[in-house]
Amino acid sequence: MKSNNKENIYWRSNIKYVSVLLLFWFTFSFLFGIVVKDFLNQFSIGGFKLGFWFAQQGSIYVFVILIFIYVRLMNRLDKKHGFKN
Amino acid sequence: MGIQSWTYIIVGVTFAIYIGIAIWSRVKSTKEFYVAGGGVGAWANGMATAADWMSAASFISMAGIISFAGYDGAVYLMGWTGGYVLLALLLAPYLRKFGKFTVPDFIGDRYYSNNARLVAVFCALLVSFTYVAGQMRGVGIVFSRFLEVDINTGVIIGMLIVLFYAVLGGMKGITYTQVAQYCVLIFAFMVPAIFISIQMTGNPIPQLGFGDQLNDGSSMYLLEKLDNLNVELGFNEYTDNTKPLIDIFAITLALMVGTAGLPHVIVRFFTVKKVADARKSAGIALLLIAILYTTAPAVAAFARTNLIETISNKPYHEVPQWFKKWEDTGLISFNDINNDGLINYVNSEDNELYVDRDIMVLANPEIANLPNWVIALVAAGGLAAALSTAAGLLLVISASVSHDLIKRVLYPKISEKAELTAARISAFFAVCVAGYFGINPPGFVAAVVALAFGLAASSFFPAIVMGIFYKKMNKQGAIAGMLAGIGLMLFYMLKFKFNFFGGGDSSSYWFGISPEGFGTIAMFVNFIVALFVMNITSPTPDHIKKMVDNIRIPENE
Repeated sequence: MKSNNKENIYWRSNIKYVSVLLLFWFTFSFLFGIVVKDFLNQFSIGGFKLGFWFAQQGSIYVFVILIFIYVRLMNRLDKKHGFKN
Repeated sequence: MGIQSWTYIIVGVTFAIYIGIAIWSRVKSTKEFYVAGGGVGAWANGMATAADWMSAASFISMAGIISFAGYDGAVYLMGWTGGYVLLALLLAPYLRKFGKFTVPDFIGDRYYSNNARLVAVFCALLVSFTYVAGQMRGVGIVFSRFLEVDINTGVIIGMLIVLFYAVLGGMKGITYTQVAQYCVLIFAFMVPAIFISIQMTGNPIPQLGFGDQLNDGSSMYLLEKLDNLNVELGFNEYTDNTKPLIDIFAITLALMVGTAGLPHVIVRFFTVKKVADARKSAGIALLLIAILYTTAPAVAAFARTNLIETISNKPYHEVPQWFKKWEDTGLISFNDINNDGLINYVNSEDNELYVDRDIMVLANPEIANLPNWVIALVAAGGLAAALSTAAGLLLVISASVSHDLIKRVLYPKISEKAELTAARISAFFAVCVAGYFGINPPGFVAAVVALAFGLAASSFFPAIVMGIFYKKMNKQGAIAGMLAGIGLMLFYMLKFKFNFFGGGDSSSYWFGISPEGFGTIAMFVNFIVALFVMNITSPTPDHIKKMVDNIRIPENE
């Protein structure tokens, strides 16, 4: 009975969003910028080696985008469940 | 007009603005003093958070550090921005919903224990004092280099300004001065960066110029040139790592988690009107921070290329005027070992040139021959960065004493008015202590700043995250986890930074991880110890579980 009230549904959607976004967070910084950067460095965009670019530029842009995606998703979720927005 | 006159004018005008804001935003209640009445808009809070976060280190030192570290500098770039994703997704909205004044408030209430509160107060004070000493020193250094006053006089002027608006206006005064300070510091950082980007690559956007071709006719990419120069002089390729990748991974994660756990950053999200604003202002803050953080690595690459080309293998008697000027301050020095009159800058014992990292931002406009007003602007920007961070930290210190210690533990019956007076008095003492450390900096400041991130990562972050996402976590688990995390972090720092417990060097690091990155390990230890202790102790009471349910959702309509 407890698990299906609106608070719990809201919370489970939130957890789902957070998990997916944190997966992207990890991939674009730790994975592309550090773990596989030597592999990515074979490729380049403009004068940047790709792995280096993710480490010093790309990851930061992705961080900003991820937060704004979360803001939009949560604002929509708040509205759907009738929480004050 | 000379550099000096320009500096006096620009610094004078910005200080007048800060004082004007302080007088306009005087406060009368503790809620206004601690969290600016909880009525700050998302944009204002985003700007204030950005200024709060970007310290003298971000403004003055970071580009220089990257300039010498090359790829390895990414630990700061990713570490000090990626933490905002954690903040926005895991902490800020829920702490706003919780709706009290401080981080120890949350820890103490959520873990229904004044012992947990006291552990949190201890961590908050340790982290904040460490940090603030560095900021005051930064203020003194900027004053002494640009206005040629004594460093100590500079520290005292900085103290008086901060004292004025922090004591009078509390969080409200601090918030709105930080908004102004953000504008000053970002303008001051971007103008020289854009000038230099145009000079070197013809591209007005530093982030793109960074990956563009040089406009010296060679049509070579800037980074390719820099890689070659570095290799010629015996350094690693600029775009390649010097530290082991596992250490880079650990440092980045420790800085991210530490950022998300720093009390002076977290407390900014208590000041907004509603939960949705907390999320939004975290995004705005990171956007505004990213402007500087994506420019800094470009400045680093421009400055290094410029420096090598201007100085390396050139006769000493022909060096430009800025070289002599900064030589007087000891930030650059030349020792002609082989007596050939040329400046040999190489990565070996034949090296004849010492360059302080800070010079890359401070002297960059002069190296690039930019107009005097741009050079003066850098001074105002450095001061804005240092003062805004110092003020944010001082507020955490004063709230920890007057609210967490006096009101919540020692004298719960204290009146509103008396608490406000106590807050002002503790802010006053905090400024004095910070000033003392600014004038007599302990030799271990740099080492301890790294400790501040490690401490925040290994104590606050796990306790707060589990407090929100894991209802079963009880007070015994949380306290044991925090103590284990901090204890291990302190042990590792003392061992490898201060030579206690037998000392050791990089060859004996655990898993190859340096003390800067060890916060990552200590954080995991915190989680594991907390989970283990939780399983063998009494469960969380029901009213606490209800409280957690309540902070997980925004207000009901």
